[in-house]
Amino acid sequence: MSAFTLPSASLLSQSVLSGIFVGALYGLMGLGLSLSWGLLRLINLAHFAFAFLAAYLCYELASRGLDPLLTLAAIVPLFFAIGAGLQGLVARFAITPFNSLLLTFGLTGLVEALIQSVWTADFRKLESSYAEQKFKVGTLFVPVPELITLVLAVAISVAVWAVLRHTDLGRALRAAAEDAPIAAAFGVNQKANALLLAGTCAALASIAGVCLALSFTLAPSQIYAWIGVVFAAVMLGGLGRALGPLVAGTLIGVSEAVTMAVTAPSWAPMVSFTLLIVVLVLRPGRAA
Amino acid sequence: MKTFRSTRRGALVAALATVLGAIALPAATQTAAAPVRIGSTLALTGPLSATAQIHRIVGEIYVEQLNKRGGLLGRPVEWIVKDDQSKPDLARTLYEQLVTADKVDLLIGPYATGAILSAMGVAQRYNKVLVHHTLGIPALAKYDMQFPAWSLGSDPATTVPNTIFDALAAGPKPPKTVAVVTNKFPSIQFMTAGAREVMKKRGLTEVLFLEWDFGNRDFGPIANRVKDAKPDFVWVGAIGLDGNLLLDAMKKLDYVPPQHFYLYPAPGPLVSLPEAKNALSVTIFEDQPPFTSAPGAAEFVKLYRERATKAGLADPSVETQAAASYTAWQILEAGVVATKSLDDKAIATWLKANKVDTLQGKLRFDGLGNFGDDLMRVKQVQNGHWVVVWPKEVTSGGAKLIAP
Repeated sequence: MSAFTLPSASLLSQSVLSGIFVGALYGLMGLGLSLSWGLLRLINLAHFAFAFLAAYLCYELASRGLDPLLTLAAIVPLFFAIGAGLQGLVARFAITPFNSLLLTFGLTGLVEALIQSVWTADFRKLESSYAEQKFKVGTLFVPVPELITLVLAVAISVAVWAVLRHTDLGRALRAAAEDAPIAAAFGVNQKANALLLAGTCAALASIAGVCLALSFTLAPSQIYAWIGVVFAAVMLGGLGRALGPLVAGTLIGVSEAVTMAVTAPSWAPMVSFTLLIVVLVLRPGRAA
Repeated sequence: MKTFRSTRRGALVAALATVLGAIALPAATQTAAAPVRIGSTLALTGPLSATAQIHRIVGEIYVEQLNKRGGLLGRPVEWIVKDDQSKPDLARTLYEQLVTADKVDLLIGPYATGAILSAMGVAQRYNKVLVHHTLGIPALAKYDMQFPAWSLGSDPATTVPNTIFDALAAGPKPPKTVAVVTNKFPSIQFMTAGAREVMKKRGLTEVLFLEWDFGNRDFGPIANRVKDAKPDFVWVGAIGLDGNLLLDAMKKLDYVPPQHFYLYPAPGPLVSLPEAKNALSVTIFEDQPPFTSAPGAAEFVKLYRERATKAGLADPSVETQAAASYTAWQILEAGVVATKSLDDKAIATWLKANKVDTLQGKLRFDGLGNFGDDLMRVKQVQNGHWVVVWPKEVTSGGAKLIAP
């Protein structure tokens, strides 16, 4: 068998669709990370742990009969509070961006241990009515859980973009990230805004977690499997940009899927990082 | 007077001390019998942790049973288990620590090839016996005092695929075309490479060959490629949850593989998946006759079921991992009991010269890499349960391989 095979049209189109779906999840997961990194200067590795914790909570509540999407009503406020609490801690101890990386890495380990102690290290799969649902458009199969993820990712990214672009709060957040003392001089309440933004970022992680639980099998150790590719999407998309992670995530997802369709799946991880290197070389200011 | 009273009090104290001493003597003697300390690591966290939980439960059960029988050499047994976080390099450091700092009497292996090889290096440096659970590549077992508990045989890359293709050839629909998709995890890649050779020799046509990295998340394109190749049989070099993820992805494409095999799947999650109907895999032990008629097997199966259920494991039945783990402890105990010592060299010499009665049957350690016979059997998901279907002599109730 040669390493390169010419895919059939249906194989290629299905792969592109699959890439769009997984890319939307990369984007949704990267959105909160990008905002936190770009606007708060907090490199929050615990973002992935929050997403998985939310996924497990969704699994737990859904296994007690609750609709997985309805669990968002409880999970999102909870994670908003957790995110705001973490930001309070970071502000209280004036933790630098580099130290925030270390702090949140440690926190990730703690959350992983917590998940493992409650749900064990065994694999968990959320069984819901959505999992069974799919429909066909021409020759393409469209699974409903992935479609939900895509719709949520697009809707939330656009909403966040609109808030950042067209509201006073958005302008204040961007101004504080640009030049905090000047923003403060203009009356921007940075402390309150930071708490609000950090809470929102954690809430976004929890929404990504629910989407993760809808489509993927869960294991505590898989927290780390997402870090590399989502970081690539965040950096490609530009820090603090609302639509960037979604666009970059989709680009990475489609590139990976097409790579898997025409060559070997083991080549796929190289795609995201090659794209990242190329962009950083050609446009070094992108991830600043 | 004072002197008298003092003397009388002294005599009373002395008498009391004598009585208390007599009462306390057995306890003191018991304390003097220091425990036999057996050290190991397990991947209690990290990507291999789901399977390591099985080994932890088995180890706890075995040590409890052993202590109820009086321990080893009349001394209680203490198991010191450290978390290697699924990292072979950390396993190496921890085994070093077990030998030099914890000063354990004996070692027992971790689970998974990478960690076992790390532990083996340390065991070799300190001339310690290492009985290990699930080493997947026998040719890598170069150390003379290591003993495998997983009866794969010396050349599993040839013998195991042959067993599988024998089963398929004897089944209702012998395949002619095969799609081979595999994880690049070393022991999986090794077996899949062997399977491809076996297929060639048997005149089967390979219509697809794909590899993916350990930790791959997106199985959609792989499922797509398999569907496009239209094979009679799919060989999935699966480890852990690969099989579930691939079947989930296939389901989204409305594709059902005609006949399908999974090398080392997480057995619980796979058997509980409706799409895994008729899926094949390999095993050394299943929770069914004739396997459960081995001495001690029924009690172990019952205890394991209780503990695994309590620990929340998806599948509480004993299969390959739990059986290999239990076997490792049986081998170590047999060596100590037969030689009446904790001397590693004496234990190793005895094990090489003798067969050991285990859950898997009588095991020998005189082949290449101290491996003995290949006792791998073929099992299939039938009616939501794993059922051994090949070879005929170990099937239960006349179970046969089903091909849709």
